[in-house]
Amino acid sequence: MAAYVNRCSNLLVFIFILSVFLFVDSQQTTPVNEQHTNTADNPQPAAESATQTAEEGRWEATEVDEAALGDSAADKLGVRASDTFVLTPTPQPKDDFQEELVIRPLHSGDIYASFQFRTLWETDFMRENKVSHYRLFPKSLGQVISKFSVRELHISFTQGYWRTMQWGQPFLPSPPGAELWVWFQDSVTDVDAAWKELTNVLSGIFCASLNFIDSTNTVQPSASFKPLGIVNETDHRFLRYATLPREIVCTENLTPWKKLLPCGSKAGLAVLLKSEKLFHSSFFSQTVHIRPVCQDRECKTTSWELRQTLNVVFDLHTSGQGKREWSLFKMFSRTLTEACPLASSSKIYIDVTDNPQEEYFELSPATPLLSQAVVLGDRRTFSVYDLTQQVTFGTVRSLNLLIRWKSTEGDMLRPLLHAERYVAGYGLQTGEIHTVMYNNHPFRSFPVLLLDSVPWYLRLYIHTLTVTSKGKDNTPSYIHYQPSKDRMRPHLLEMLVQLPPHSVTEVTVQFERALLKWTEYTPDPNHGFYVGSSVISALVPSSVAMDTNITQEQPLFSSFFPCKEESSYFVRVYTEPLLVNLPTPDFSMPYNVICLTCTVVAVGYGSLYNLLTRSFQIEEPNPRLAKKIANFIRRIRGVPLLS
Amino acid sequence: MATAEVERRRGQLAALSIAAVVIIVGVPLWWRTTETYRAWLPVSQIKQLAKLQLQLSADVEVVFARGTVTPEQQKKVPLTQTQEEEHAVDGDLMKWFRRLFRRMKRACSFCVFMLCLQEIQSDESLHTLSESPCGSLVFYVIPELSLLLPKDTDVYIGQRRTALLRVSSQVGVGRTLEQLLAQLEPRIKQVLQVMSFSHTDVSAVLSDRVRFNPDSKEGIADSMRAFKSSPGYEITFSLLNPDPTSHQLHWDIEGAVQTYIQPLLTKLSPVANFSIDSQTLYYSVLGVKPRFDSSCDAYTLNADSLAHVINPVEARLGSNAASSNPVLNFLLYVPDAHHSPLKIQDHRKQEVPSNAFHSPRWGGIMVYNVNGFYEPEAELPVDISINMAEVMGVFLAQLRLLLGVQSSPPPPGFLVAPRGSSGLADWELDRLMWSRCVENIATATTTITSLAQLLDQISNIVINDNIAEQVSSAVNSLQLAVAELEAGNLKYALQLSKEAILASEKAFFDPSLLHLLYFPDDQKFAIYIPLFLPMCVPILLSLIKMASEARQKRREKLAKKD
Repeated sequence: MAAYVNRCSNLLVFIFILSVFLFVDSQQTTPVNEQHTNTADNPQPAAESATQTAEEGRWEATEVDEAALGDSAADKLGVRASDTFVLTPTPQPKDDFQEELVIRPLHSGDIYASFQFRTLWETDFMRENKVSHYRLFPKSLGQVISKFSVRELHISFTQGYWRTMQWGQPFLPSPPGAELWVWFQDSVTDVDAAWKELTNVLSGIFCASLNFIDSTNTVQPSASFKPLGIVNETDHRFLRYATLPREIVCTENLTPWKKLLPCGSKAGLAVLLKSEKLFHSSFFSQTVHIRPVCQDRECKTTSWELRQTLNVVFDLHTSGQGKREWSLFKMFSRTLTEACPLASSSKIYIDVTDNPQEEYFELSPATPLLSQAVVLGDRRTFSVYDLTQQVTFGTVRSLNLLIRWKSTEGDMLRPLLHAERYVAGYGLQTGEIHTVMYNNHPFRSFPVLLLDSVPWYLRLYIHTLTVTSKGKDNTPSYIHYQPSKDRMRPHLLEMLVQLPPHSVTEVTVQFERALLKWTEYTPDPNHGFYVGSSVISALVPSSVAMDTNITQEQPLFSSFFPCKEESSYFVRVYTEPLLVNLPTPDFSMPYNVICLTCTVVAVGYGSLYNLLTRSFQIEEPNPRLAKKIANFIRRIRGVPLLS
Repeated sequence: MATAEVERRRGQLAALSIAAVVIIVGVPLWWRTTETYRAWLPVSQIKQLAKLQLQLSADVEVVFARGTVTPEQQKKVPLTQTQEEEHAVDGDLMKWFRRLFRRMKRACSFCVFMLCLQEIQSDESLHTLSESPCGSLVFYVIPELSLLLPKDTDVYIGQRRTALLRVSSQVGVGRTLEQLLAQLEPRIKQVLQVMSFSHTDVSAVLSDRVRFNPDSKEGIADSMRAFKSSPGYEITFSLLNPDPTSHQLHWDIEGAVQTYIQPLLTKLSPVANFSIDSQTLYYSVLGVKPRFDSSCDAYTLNADSLAHVINPVEARLGSNAASSNPVLNFLLYVPDAHHSPLKIQDHRKQEVPSNAFHSPRWGGIMVYNVNGFYEPEAELPVDISINMAEVMGVFLAQLRLLLGVQSSPPPPGFLVAPRGSSGLADWELDRLMWSRCVENIATATTTITSLAQLLDQISNIVINDNIAEQVSSAVNSLQLAVAELEAGNLKYALQLSKEAILASEKAFFDPSLLHLLYFPDDQKFAIYIPLFLPMCVPILLSLIKMASEARQKRREKLAKKD
């Protein structure tokens, strides 16, 4: 027995060392061991409660012995005492959460609101030891990253199309429908299998049809989608890109997205995210971006960044009731009362660049805080509301921003780059895809990367590919083309095209429409088939010096795309998705064809059979039918029969 | 007339040959082209599995210490002796299980070993004395007057797979060996009930498949509590902080898991793989508004409302995205400042001392009150460190219950050694392994037999080669596992039963089983009739005509003869 005592005390010393409560003496840690041995040795009361719960429900109280309770109460007292001695024994948390809302009044009278939430966590998901402890970072995404060895994950769900010409460039572009692109770690051996499984898991997490991503709509772009985080290798074998232009985005996608936020939708800016208002808008987009980023300029420490953004454009005509007036309450049917208590910064930015003397609109309550940021090649001025300051909420303890327009005039800076796309041609056999890119810069030309992923059922004639600018041929300096394989993979076309200053560049390619097998048609085949947006990535010359220091404190919305040089900034433009009609059969046709074919076969077979089996001979002419009837009647009448 | 007759003969021949072509070429061609691919399955072996009789055997070594037997008796001690027990695990619902008998066989090999009493000072030295493999037990019989055990204990159960038995004094020194053995036998049986598998254990793990008598509700509750056997478990600790504005909570979960949970899980690693993670959830509230009870000056949750507590929280717990193993949830709920202290009451309106409760096959929740930390002048939020020793004590007790590491109370006169640092004795692990093994075998058998039945019933499911392969390997592993159990090799049996369960699940949930489009028979006929009816009717008619002509001819011939 002496040995037990010895080992027990050894254990105590062990616990003692590991315990954070340095003041707790060995007396107080003893109950832990006793506690569970006690519960195991003495399950009598547990069994009793079990008999009760068998009828009344599934819950059982966990019984812990009396003595253990007394000890643990003493324990608690001990801790309490220790806590008052050492006030903050807690380590500095390795994670950080920021939130912000940018509101940009658009000249059309619409209003653009962009929410940005960023969680930074200094950790390593790729450790061998799978034990992981989450605080602000959502557990579900963390598990996905570590299980599938994901280096970067970008996912967006968008309802509506961003009208670049009316609204300018968004802070974070996204194509209509769902878009997913993932860089895997180079330790992944079977990327396709990991991608397949990952899309299924994400589809579960976000309640979306991402499980429809398969090899027929997945491509590996060679140049367009470079990693946005820390780069050590850019072999595009580890990249997968897919879009689902047909995806309908609604409340069921928003709810899981909100759950990923540390404060949920209970506090902070996220209380504004009410789906009945958000989906009553011209444009709605929610995204999740995960990437490793540097903590400091020398990149000594890295951390994982989870960036959740939500962009929405409210339409004046559908919800403004004719008045040009906006408020938080009108837009979101909520006002703000507090910041998320877990956020290290919580701010609202309102773009007042075009409104220095309040000639266009009036903002209330007014704020003395102004901030300037370089965003998308332009220096913008913002009014800032800091939600972590109680002053912001004023005496009514709630913040309801109000924007009242004064005049309807105003001219917007035209975006330097925009693009559109359409299908030309007639009939259901061939067609032509036109992609038109506009360079509105008055004197600078710049190169753009065009990425087109076209499903296999549009068979591209790549020899008909023409690129023309200002009526002249414009030879792309780089073309990467991967032909499609039927039912296996789509076409991938990537081109580096130089856009001359102030010009329109048109890319056309002809295609033939394939006839699908009858099970390959969608349930509504006459609606047409979607072809995902073209992606145009470009470094656009900037009029002001861009900020290349990514680690410097700056608003979240201006810091997403890393900036390598001061003279240009990165833009990604998505065109409209295409809706193409394919030759569609009448779906009752197979059965009709079967019946018809069988009848033809049966008729042919029948005559052949008759010819082969019947013997033909001349028959004695029989008495005519009329004569028979006449004789029948005569017999009844008793008249002599006809011969 | 002759030409007409020749023509008729030719027509008949043509009709016959067409019929022959249709029957010899057409029918097999149609059959082959519309047939579904079905790989061969070991049906007869699967049928045998359904009538499986499981035999569990554990080796028990009984060692007599000096002073218990005389040297003459020593020589007469039988080398081996087998005790057999048969138990029927009865079930009304599952027909095939009614036939399942579990025969328990315990081979006690008696060997005489002269023990020097001083050597048996501790469990460790007992263990080094004879290294016993997984699943087997060693009993040491010591004389009545030995000072090793306290006075009122007759049996001492060690941490490993050993026990000390005291021979009672009723039989004097002059007793015969038979008397001694007869006296020992019930005692050994009793110890085995505690240390090894018992009938109740086995029937408890099979409770899902076997219907119990209505009077054994307690047994149901007990057997329902533990998680079902699975190759892995995910353990998730969640700290629920509904009120981050008034308290900032800090828990050293990493250290606590290392100290309290990991030793147990390391010990349990032969049974299953465990992965642990933790998360903090803010603004998550319980589904029930606690009521203020002025009698104890606290908010209370009573046992009836506990069932509604979890639902809103569970929506935020997040299912495990990365694996399909069952998740054990342990929630630590720190009530907000306006609802604390919060106490849990049981059905008798008594406060639950641990302030924790657990839900069978789901996990546990503990309420941790921090109202003592609020000082009147304290600035909110208050930084609070959670006492992990207290929390982990409760969670560990719940974890043991949920994993099924519960032991029935030892009979009076038994002394059970305290578990070591891992909190789990070797024999407890063995008990768990026995029951897991039986459960795995039963589950895999059910899966395989129901798969075979399904495939038998629906004749147009395609059975691919890989499914057949999985089924055969599952059947193979099952048979081997049963053989190993019979031989008493618990470790291998468990390993094989795990393989069997994996293979059987893989076969059962293979997506290719669902790929086929099932057409109802009437639709098939609708497709075939336009072709088959016009083709077959002339053939049939001409065959009938020929048959009737032939009959007529025979009749005419008979008439002529007459």
